[in-house]
Amino acid sequence: MNNIFLFFGLSDQVSNVINYVISGLLILLVLIGIQLMSKVKTAKHGNRLSGLAMLFAIIVTLINVEIFTINNFWIIFLAILIGLVIGLIWAHRVKMIQMPQLVAVLNGIGGAASAIVGGFALLGIGAGTDYFSTVTSILAVIIGMITLTGSLVAGGKLHGVIKSKPVVLPFNKLITAILIILMFAVIADGIVGIIEDKLILLIITIIVSSLFGITFTIRVGGADMPITISLLNSLSGVAGAIAGLAIGDVLLVSIGGIIGASGLLLTQVMCKAMNKNLLDILLGKTTVNRKKEIVETKEVIDNEPMEEMDQVAVLKTAKNVIIVPGYGMAIAQAQHLVKTLADKLIANGANVKYAVHPVAGRMPGHMNVLLSEANVDYDDLYEMDDINPEFEKADVTIVIGANDVLNPAARNAEGTPIYGMPILNVDKCKKIIIFNYDLKPGYAGVDNPIYRRKHGLGLNLGNAADTLADILTKL
Amino acid sequence: MELLQYILLGVFLLSTIVGYFLINNVPSLLHTPLMSGMNALSGITIIGAILSTAAAVTTDYEIVGYIFGSLAIIFAMINVVGGFAVTDKMLKMFTTKGDKDE
Repeated sequence: MNNIFLFFGLSDQVSNVINYVISGLLILLVLIGIQLMSKVKTAKHGNRLSGLAMLFAIIVTLINVEIFTINNFWIIFLAILIGLVIGLIWAHRVKMIQMPQLVAVLNGIGGAASAIVGGFALLGIGAGTDYFSTVTSILAVIIGMITLTGSLVAGGKLHGVIKSKPVVLPFNKLITAILIILMFAVIADGIVGIIEDKLILLIITIIVSSLFGITFTIRVGGADMPITISLLNSLSGVAGAIAGLAIGDVLLVSIGGIIGASGLLLTQVMCKAMNKNLLDILLGKTTVNRKKEIVETKEVIDNEPMEEMDQVAVLKTAKNVIIVPGYGMAIAQAQHLVKTLADKLIANGANVKYAVHPVAGRMPGHMNVLLSEANVDYDDLYEMDDINPEFEKADVTIVIGANDVLNPAARNAEGTPIYGMPILNVDKCKKIIIFNYDLKPGYAGVDNPIYRRKHGLGLNLGNAADTLADILTKL
Repeated sequence: MELLQYILLGVFLLSTIVGYFLINNVPSLLHTPLMSGMNALSGITIIGAILSTAAAVTTDYEIVGYIFGSLAIIFAMINVVGGFAVTDKMLKMFTTKGDKDE
């Protein structure tokens, strides 16, 4: 870092060039970091490398603004310190089950920071007053505020503070349309300048975009939540990039752009996994179309008494076992018991695999994180396409708190929210043992025909932690 | 528009393209850590927060500048630190037989 200090006092041009070179190097570090994060073995290093790049970026920025020449500069250091401490405390205290909420909230406040930067820029602070600066700063405020309110609503739903069922406001489409038009209007006003007072324009922008963030996430239901979180994540990157355009900072523009685009790609990957169209989710189509009743083909064997299954005997003799975890396992905090169960089965000579649906849980990869917390080897976690052919051959499938991701209705119940979603072929398995809270439909609200099976079904209703512990004592 | 602004737009487009191709075939195992890692990176807006605060407090409205500026810095910093720390915590849990032998 000494070099930077040495070059101080040289002409602006030289230090400009140096700045661009440093920015370029930091961008490269971040790119390598993200690339490393897409492989399990190198992911940890990738994350740390990105963190290091960020640390350098902050130091370089502090040097660039000649921090020690600013009045009361200690306030800036104090703010950095406060953020640092709060961030560390949050990260330290969070339980893995709360990850989705934490990511949502972190996302939201990142968006808020970008919105504030955009707000300053709109008032001509740190940015010019030309059209480009004005329009980009309005955009930064809009996207930043949408990210903030959207993430807070999503986080509230995930945390159970707000009802998690999709809420469809009266005149939802009309309200959305009006808000979108108003957002375009404030952007246009940045050029036309009908509202001369920038402060009033800023306040209007904040109100309109905050409302839009709320109306857009409040109608998203559980099954679409992982995709929404991922999308908001991408948006917070875009907000940063556009704030960067407003204040003319290359590093901010570039890294924000990378995050925005790769976040969008990740969102698309998930959409594909659920066979959903991103636009449909944005417009709330998939979650509101649930009025239609499901017409189930009545099974002929309806009157036949349900065959009792001796679950303990089945588990004791099983050689090939597949475990399907879902959000219920997360709520019950049952991942450690699941691991204990698996260990017992393995001790009995069984081969245990975990089938993880791409959108099981409330955020992408949620189940993987929880199972890893319980020390499950990640080599034993199988993705949907790899494990689906194996259900037929398996002796028993154990379902823990999962419902929608294995609901065969997804194959044929048109008009339901899960229709067309690829599912785990649990119904192909000879014997199924289910640990679920109740027989109510899952998050998506669609009845699961598996529960009406007469053969090879063992049901354990109640808190998965209790029912699992019960079975474990008998094994 | 000034030259710098054209450059910035170019950088923006280029980065989005690079970003789009960067994440190829990420195993869903890594979706959560990757997302929270990128979430931490989106806190890069901390740079913007520092720059605008530094600019704001040299205007006539030093106090207002510090209030909102500090807020932005605190927010962005929580985003950055919390994001990286929690991602690290998560990734430490991902283990396989091979790792345990080490």
